[in-house]
Amino acid sequence: MRIPCPHCGDRSHDEFSYGGAADRRRPTTADFGPEWLDYVYLRDNPAGLHRELWYHGSGCRCWLIVERNTLSHAITAVHAVLPASSPAMEDA
Amino acid sequence: MTGDQTYRRADGGAIDRSRPLSFQFDGRRYRGYQGDTLAAALLANGVRLVGRSFKYHRPRGILSAGPEEPNALVELRGGARREPNSRATVAELFDGLEARSQNRFPSLSFDVLALNGLLAPLFAAGFYYKTFMWPAAFWEKLYEPLIRRAAGLGRASGLPDPDRYEKATAFCDLLVIGAGPAGLAAALVAGRSGLRVILAEQDFALGGRLLSDRRWIDGRPAIDWVAGVVDELGTMTDVRVLTRTSVIGAYDSGTYAAVERVADHLAEPPPFQPRQRLWRIVARRSVLAAGAIERPLVFGDNDRPGVMLAGAVRGYLNRFAVRPGARAVVFANNDEGARTVADLAAAGVAVAALVDPRPEAAAETRRIVEAAGARLLRGAQVVRARGGTRLTAVELAGVAPGSGIDPVIPCDLLAMSGGWNPTVQLTSHHGGKPVWDATIAGFVPGTVPPGMVVVGAAAGHFILADDLAQGAQAGAAAAQALGVTAAPVPGFSADPETAAILPLWRVPGARGKSFIDFQNDVAVSDVALAEREGFRAVEHLKRYTTLGMATDQGKTANVNGLAVMAELTARSISETGTTTARPPFTPTALGALAGHHRGPDFRPTRLTPGHDWAAEQGARFIEAGAWMRAQAFPQAGDADLQATIDREVLAVRQAVGLCDVTTLGKIDLQGPDVAEFLDRIYINGWKTLAVGRVRYGVMLREDGFVQDDGTTARLGPDHYLMTTTTANAGSVFRHLEFCHQVLWPDLDLRFISVTEQWAQYALAGPRARDVLAGIVDPGFDLDNAAFPHLAATETRVCDGVPARLFRISFSGELAYEIAVPARYGDALARRLMRQGADHGITPYGLEALNILRLEKGHVAGAELNGQTTARDLGFERMMSTRKDYIGRVMARRPALLAPDRPCLVGLRPVAATATLSGGAHLIARGAVANAAADQGHVTSVGASATLGHWIGLGLLANGRARWGEIVRAVDPLRGQDTEVEIVSPLFYDPEGKRLHA
Repeated sequence: MRIPCPHCGDRSHDEFSYGGAADRRRPTTADFGPEWLDYVYLRDNPAGLHRELWYHGSGCRCWLIVERNTLSHAITAVHAVLPASSPAMEDA
Repeated sequence: MTGDQTYRRADGGAIDRSRPLSFQFDGRRYRGYQGDTLAAALLANGVRLVGRSFKYHRPRGILSAGPEEPNALVELRGGARREPNSRATVAELFDGLEARSQNRFPSLSFDVLALNGLLAPLFAAGFYYKTFMWPAAFWEKLYEPLIRRAAGLGRASGLPDPDRYEKATAFCDLLVIGAGPAGLAAALVAGRSGLRVILAEQDFALGGRLLSDRRWIDGRPAIDWVAGVVDELGTMTDVRVLTRTSVIGAYDSGTYAAVERVADHLAEPPPFQPRQRLWRIVARRSVLAAGAIERPLVFGDNDRPGVMLAGAVRGYLNRFAVRPGARAVVFANNDEGARTVADLAAAGVAVAALVDPRPEAAAETRRIVEAAGARLLRGAQVVRARGGTRLTAVELAGVAPGSGIDPVIPCDLLAMSGGWNPTVQLTSHHGGKPVWDATIAGFVPGTVPPGMVVVGAAAGHFILADDLAQGAQAGAAAAQALGVTAAPVPGFSADPETAAILPLWRVPGARGKSFIDFQNDVAVSDVALAEREGFRAVEHLKRYTTLGMATDQGKTANVNGLAVMAELTARSISETGTTTARPPFTPTALGALAGHHRGPDFRPTRLTPGHDWAAEQGARFIEAGAWMRAQAFPQAGDADLQATIDREVLAVRQAVGLCDVTTLGKIDLQGPDVAEFLDRIYINGWKTLAVGRVRYGVMLREDGFVQDDGTTARLGPDHYLMTTTTANAGSVFRHLEFCHQVLWPDLDLRFISVTEQWAQYALAGPRARDVLAGIVDPGFDLDNAAFPHLAATETRVCDGVPARLFRISFSGELAYEIAVPARYGDALARRLMRQGADHGITPYGLEALNILRLEKGHVAGAELNGQTTARDLGFERMMSTRKDYIGRVMARRPALLAPDRPCLVGLRPVAATATLSGGAHLIARGAVANAAADQGHVTSVGASATLGHWIGLGLLANGRARWGEIVRAVDPLRGQDTEVEIVSPLFYDPEGKRLHA
């Protein structure tokens, strides 16, 4: 599989590592319970479009959100997780 | 007559008669020519019997002339290079080649295990599952070894592979798979259009079937046309032609795997050349022009040596100038029968008859058969092949009574054709399902991988002129799709032909065993048995009968097998379906998949800047994470490794030691929000860390278990330097990136790994300050008050070299770590050794480091095993309650707070001389040592030179409340059962006085 990195271009998947579903939100509650269990352990396994995280460790070191069809591995969109408003993007 | 190329034609063919080659088969010497395959050379010498079948040990010959060969599997070469199950039909002949037949005892022509044939009923489909059921213990000890000896293929050498393999990646606009007429035309037009083209061909010559058939293109012999195309492709700098290269897999995003047999046609690879090269080809478009594979016909004893595929017969006649027999019968259900008759006759082989089950024959067919002096037997069928180790005659059915034709025709060659199966396997690697095409009686590609176009015979088109046109159009279409102006598509003309077929899946009334899968000895009777026993789905059929398994993956067998199943179940072939082809398309050496990643080259070797220095000091090295680190520095006087370790440990405790700690991960963090970030990463607080100070930190994973530990120094108001363990440097860095980018992008900080930019040494021992004083700037105050324990600073050493100085200690002694830019690493080590000579400075390695940390109860990899919590390891009081951090909530799960969780303890053998072993289980005294009585285990052990006895760390249920208790460390693997006292993990200097000295 090849992933079109927005910074580095089309690259082989072995430059990346997988980071799971993209749209999980770290719970704000400090109480242990289902919300935390869900965040840490439970994953959907969709057949079809999946928004997921990939880390371009052998490239720009950016975490990316990749929209991938799990049935065909077709990738329809890729963008960096860091929003343009992040302080870390000032130098970019 | 054998041994003298009696069956070689006087002229013609693509062999080089000026280059004779000598080779051996089963110890007997033969001759062949450059350009031969082993199969061609054997046939030229009249060798028909080349192997014994898998189950029944039936004599087998050469069926095909290509990679689909199920029968002619041999052992090639000798010694460590011996390769079993090699297909003689694709093995290129070279001078000195040695080949041996397989699966026979004691010899090929007399095989006592052919008795298996008499036991055929026992070996029917599913025999594994039925016959050897009882008693269960007999399976492993008796049945399986017996079966493995009796039924099998070749022998592996059992020796390390002496050859090299390599991997390469290539990118192209268009990958053309197969260099037959369609593939050549595609590559030609794409190349003329300026595309970057890779043309991959499994054969060593380009041309595909044009090499084997006497065809005409544009008014000249097809091989001349091929030569012209090859010449033109050779002039195109953006066209790369890979011969001897099999494309074995189609993957996502236009990625293909191919194996190039760089040196398999040579006795051994030339110097500095690999034997094989695994290509990863990334193609924007691909054209699959892999041709088609001919089907055998299914009749009685159709496996006799001398029964061959008709297309293969033509290949041996025309390409290799070999007559595979002296008197032939042709049996075909399609129009290729006449072509075969013509080629046989032209080569001087007597043709007795063309047996065609179809009732009608074209006028052209009649003319050819008549010209060959043969009989045309319409509506007839071969029901049985006669002979043992070679074919002697065929028995016919359907010969008109009273025609005067004897239904038994003597012959030593039967050329058969049951039609052609398009080579669609690669289209299935992406999940595509081939679809049945009744017109050609074969499966054609269904959904194909993105970017792929299938042309020619692979797409089910068997008319040469059409194939050429399709290929050329596919080349032009690829150019257009990629936004390039396509070169004109040339028109092609070829000699006229027809491709009509009447399916014949099994000959009715066949006598004897009618084989479908030659390699696995699967006959019609086995398919019928599977049907009777309910294994009717194609995937069940395959597993129950082994149809389509092993090295050829049923390339000649699958369609016949499922068509017979379809007949038996009165379903259509579409309804019956087909099994899914998966990579690799052809058998692939594991060596090619491994490439150079084996032995010490399994992964890159990382060396620290001080590596050469350590080597000069006599270091023994050991892999640590991704690095090579000094294990110990043996000296001439050391009795053994333990003596070395003891000497190094005592040097640190009594004088001063020097240890290369470069491999610890180093992460430079800068920005106004670093302290906040560290607060969220580590369990302990960081806002109070002053500039010039270091603090130990523990970080958890989000599930509440310890991820890593290490120190972080504050070098400036907004500048921090974190260290990680050697093993986790990469994963911690990725974790930090995740936390920053995904969780908290609002935090203003940057960080980067500087592990390889800085060389770092630990200088530890009571004399450390004295040594260090000699290299710091004269004005630098190393006094305890000025630079106390856990101080850190940026400074200069050795007259101006920028350095970072930390007063941290893993050993429990007065200790410093000095980091300098990597280019100074080697020099710094040498300078410190000179500087410390008068103080008894001693280099120490990982073993001594481990003992030193054990004596202080510091945790390391064996304790940071991903299953321990901060509480388990005694860090509970570090866990801040005033802030959020990764893992905070999950670490408070009730089960992780349970008092009986194993937690860190020190272990001391009760008997002063007893040893300990890592991995031993902790069991109560008097209890039976079994899993139910397991209370924990020993994580790290060592002989402490400082204390004079062995010590260990372990994880013990409710361990902190059990100091003073005596339990047993039981290690059944090493036969040890040792009483140990549970003690504090802090064995040495519990007050930490030496640290602050």
